Amino acid sequence: MDFGQSITLSAVGVHLLVGLSRAMILFIVSSGLSFVLGVLRVPNVAHGSLYMIGAFAAFTLNNAFGGGSAGFWLALVLSPFVVAGVALVAERALFCHLYQREHLMLLLFTFALMLILGDLVKMVWGADYRSITTPEVLEGSLPILGSSFPKYNLFLLIVGPLVAVGLYLFTNKTKIGKIARAAAVDRDMVDAIGINVSWVFAFAFVLGCFLAGLGGALVAPTISVTLGMDHDIIIEAFLIVTIGGLGNMWGALLGSLIFGVTQSLGVLLWPQFAIVFPYLAVVIVLVWRPTGMLKSVW
Amino acid sequence: MLEVEDVHTYYGLSHILFGVSLEAPAGEIVCILGRNGAGKSTTMKSIMGLTPPRRGTIRFKGAVITGLKPYRISRLGIGYVPDDRRVFADLTVGENLEISERARGGEHAWTLSRVYEFFPALGRIDGRRAGFLSGGEQQMLTIGRALMTNPELLLLDEPTEGLAPMVVHLLEEQIAALRDRGLTVLLAEQNQKVALRLSDRGYVIDNGSIRYHGSIQDLRENEDVRRKYLLV
Ligand SMILES: Nc1ncnc2c1ncn2[C@@H]1O[C@H](COP(=O)(O)OP(=O)(O)OP(=O)(O)O)[C@@H](O)[C@H]1O
Ligand SMILES: [Mg+2]
Repeated sequence: MDFGQSITLSAVGVHLLVGLSRAMILFIVSSGLSFVLGVLRVPNVAHGSLYMIGAFAAFTLNNAFGGGSAGFWLALVLSPFVVAGVALVAERALFCHLYQREHLMLLLFTFALMLILGDLVKMVWGADYRSITTPEVLEGSLPILGSSFPKYNLFLLIVGPLVAVGLYLFTNKTKIGKIARAAAVDRDMVDAIGINVSWVFAFAFVLGCFLAGLGGALVAPTISVTLGMDHDIIIEAFLIVTIGGLGNMWGALLGSLIFGVTQSLGVLLWPQFAIVFPYLAVVIVLVWRPTGMLKSVW
Repeated sequence: MLEVEDVHTYYGLSHILFGVSLEAPAGEIVCILGRNGAGKSTTMKSIMGLTPPRRGTIRFKGAVITGLKPYRISRLGIGYVPDDRRVFADLTVGENLEISERARGGEHAWTLSRVYEFFPALGRIDGRRAGFLSGGEQQMLTIGRALMTNPELLLLDEPTEGLAPMVVHLLEEQIAALRDRGLTVLLAEQNQKVALRLSDRGYVIDNGSIRYHGSIQDLRENEDVRRKYLLV
């Protein structure tokens, strides 16, 4: 066994923080997946593709606005809307006809959509690696716990909770959010009280995909934006949603925290096998609670 | 108010309603009596558009509503109270009512506070999750929810099923009160006593066909029909 670095308290602390900031991205993406699963009952395999489109859109918009600070912020704000637009078209043209189908059909269908969107991204952006530079305020590191911690990760640690609070307020305090929760459980009855459920579903789907796009735009400066990033995230997001409890937003948060933290502590403990740690955590959680940690809406 | 004409409804391949026809004149309570599986709920769902009939016509206030989506039918003024209650269990009592609100009908329109006035028991548990309510409270909530859409016709599917006699009595009074406020009610019941006390006219359904209809007086006196189609 070959440990990557000596394990000091400060190293553990910083890895924990890095893990938490990574968890924020995972949370934003998987909460969108979970929302779509919960309200529409659609296991959207193409969710990762929308995350990838979010990242590529951020790259293009960033360049279009001349890079720099303004480019970054505009790209971050606008990319999720680009993704939401794509989602709206997909929903109205395809998904809205399929909600009554069985889950296997939906899995196959969204899997096909993932392949199609992957090809589309390849046609539009090519197979090159792209990168986005962070604006000056978020560049560099801060000294924390005697080590240095990237400012951008700190930024992620602020955005994640904001999204959680926003999502909570939306589902619990707005009328459309309450309707979405009701439709998740009894679509016909919502219909029978005079609500056009079709549009509620469209809205819920678009919101879920918006979150995928936001996750993609947020992750873009921390990685190389390239084809294949859809596959990685969708597997992680499905595992997170499963261990958290299908359709449960807090479950998505909890699952993301477990996933992100075990991943980065794994890097510290045993770098060659770091990738195994979060999956091990998933197995342990599922043995302990097969339907996820928190209440599933399914 | 409501005219159902020669309606045939299927679940997939199974033919359930065989040419059901009935009428509910404005301001009356009309009951559909029938045994388990006779087709009462299916008739209600057919009117509401939840199981659209394959043949036949349904008219509401003179306009054909067959084939419309349930939300459109609801917006035209039909309120639906399903047999299995189906409150939105994750939402509070208040939220259940709030999302159903459709302002219509001017100053006499049903609002949250009017529904709480009508069912004081609900007002006291405004913040409670609907999934935790008793059967009687859930039934009041589903009726309140339908009222919030400000209907002119109310479809009540076995509202007294499985409730304690006290609660049945209370609901009975409230249903009569709704009629007195001008609402038309179509009431599906297995409970003959309740239906015969409340209604102005009655239909008897069996095996997906209407076997008898007449004024409630006639039905009360017609032991034969009741024995033949309603006793288990
Ligand atoms: N979803 C369904 N799929 C297939 N058949 C159904 C379905 N729902 C009801 N049925 C059948 O349709 C027939 C009529 O059922 P319906 O629910 O209308 O009866 P009902 O008069 O309301 O009975 P109850 O008093 O038990 O509520 C029954 O034979 C039932 O088995
Ligand atoms: Mg029934």
